[in-house]
Amino acid sequence: MTRGKKQTPRRNTLPLHLIAWVVGAFVLIPVVYAALGGFKRNSELSTNPFGLPSTWVTGNYTEVLASSSFWLQLWNSTFIAVVTTVLTVGVAALAGFVFARFAFRGREVLFTLFTAGLMFPFAVAILPIFVLLRALGLLGDPLGVILVQAAFGLPLTIIILRGFFRSIPGEIEEAAIIDGCGPFGFFWRILLPMAKPAIATVSVLAVVGSWNNFMLPLVVFTEEANWTLPLGIQQFQGQYASDTARILAYLVLAMIPALGFYAVAERHLVGGLTAGATKG
Amino acid sequence: MTTLTRGPEAVKLPAPAPAARRRGRALTITLFVLPALVLFLLLVVAPILVAFYASAFRWNGFGGLPTNFIGFDNFTRLFSTEIFRRDLWHLLVLVLLSLCVQLPLSLAIALLLNQRIRGRAVYRLVFFAPYVLSEVITGVLFSLILAPDAGMANQVLALFGADSDWLADPDTVMPSLFLVMTWKYFGFHMMILLAGRQNIPGELIEAAQIDGASGWRTFRHITLPLLGPTIRISVFLSVIYTIQLFDLVWILTGGGPSHSSETMAVTMFEWGFKRSQVGYASAISVVMFVLALVFALFYQRFVMRRDLEGATTSMGGRR
Repeated sequence: MTRGKKQTPRRNTLPLHLIAWVVGAFVLIPVVYAALGGFKRNSELSTNPFGLPSTWVTGNYTEVLASSSFWLQLWNSTFIAVVTTVLTVGVAALAGFVFARFAFRGREVLFTLFTAGLMFPFAVAILPIFVLLRALGLLGDPLGVILVQAAFGLPLTIIILRGFFRSIPGEIEEAAIIDGCGPFGFFWRILLPMAKPAIATVSVLAVVGSWNNFMLPLVVFTEEANWTLPLGIQQFQGQYASDTARILAYLVLAMIPALGFYAVAERHLVGGLTAGATKG
Repeated sequence: MTTLTRGPEAVKLPAPAPAARRRGRALTITLFVLPALVLFLLLVVAPILVAFYASAFRWNGFGGLPTNFIGFDNFTRLFSTEIFRRDLWHLLVLVLLSLCVQLPLSLAIALLLNQRIRGRAVYRLVFFAPYVLSEVITGVLFSLILAPDAGMANQVLALFGADSDWLADPDTVMPSLFLVMTWKYFGFHMMILLAGRQNIPGELIEAAQIDGASGWRTFRHITLPLLGPTIRISVFLSVIYTIQLFDLVWILTGGGPSHSSETMAVTMFEWGFKRSQVGYASAISVVMFVLALVFALFYQRFVMRRDLEGATTSMGGRR
């Protein structure tokens, strides 16, 4: 496979397209199957899995859209993602600023401590976190999920932001100080606005991480009123185990916000992941 | 948030004398780093330390810190169980599959999308999309597709007169799980490798081609060595991720059938949250942590270190 595509371009690219189409089919078929399947009856799913529905049954989709639990989960996921992101980025930006632009004893040690957090498997900490949240009365509280997610999001966010803050020339800081800016004024009024691309990148990473998180909400939330979409989907599958078409409809509707967000923020997401990967 | 309101006070301090300025500077540093540090120490570092501590006790997770000290008993018990040995085996299988199948696949596709072919932006967008979907959506979707009887995958196989029990059969569950992992994650590795490939100066490739190197030799002696650092990072992330693999397995199989797809994280979750043996489950956490740490240190010391040394000198000299 690798051999063919190393030749110089401007040749016949048909084989390349064929390979890309095969990979694309591998990626897309499950999703298309789900989207079409949501419009089918269960009996049709097994007789006609790939074709268009013989009659377009909209009931699966409309019933999910009419259920309050779907919208509640959507809201919970959104709320937790937004607050997590604001908290992570706010706290990490302050620390990243200091790590980038102040020289002080112990800075590298502290920074290394944070970067080491990148490779701590989250699963390692989940039991003590559960015990701790219970002791603090934060079980069943969105704040419990938010705080923990923010804490685990700090390493990558700090690394990326520090890298960006460092790249801003010292002359700008000197000019700001001569103009009477203190450290916070410089940070707030000059550095943050300049760092918008980096802020966007880390924000997108935090939103996606929070949105997809499963293990933490799973142990923190017991009340249905708090469930996020991943918990709701899992529960829905259990509840309608034999009603495949209905589950497919739920899945597709749950995919839409994520894919929509991806369509809008693809550049930041990819930029952040590759930057995080090369610096991690 | 409190620091944001407290910040301006710190700003007012530095103006007057050098001594006061130095104190103001220290205050700024403290106030700016403190929120992150507190959050990180309390919710990341402390829990990991507690996991270490708790692994030496028999503890159901209630009543403050544990008291029933049993030394290394949790670990000896752990390593004597069949299930845990199989967890380690599954880790090894998934890592090897990732290295031998997923990585070459991702690399091939990354190189393909590096060519000037029409629509490559669309291809890239599509290939990466599964990474954005949550593990739960992916897991539930594939548990329906891979359903043993009338699942979509079996209807495809039926066209060729075959069928499989996929996740329901102990013999096929690991390849099936890996199939789902590949669907979800190859786009991520492709994206990293593509970024790495685009960082290779075009002149190097051109020079090789002018010298008459074939496509394969250019790849083998120029592209591949220069992609080395990116490939090593991709491998690193795969391994660290696989050590803590939970969500997908929990949704797809719950570790079954009869523990044949169980991972350390799933075993830990079972004992910690389902059976309230928090001390024993913590021992599993500790093993996960130590594995990740030892791997990371070893890898950075012996594998990634070469990225710095060999950056300009021995391009063709290594594997």
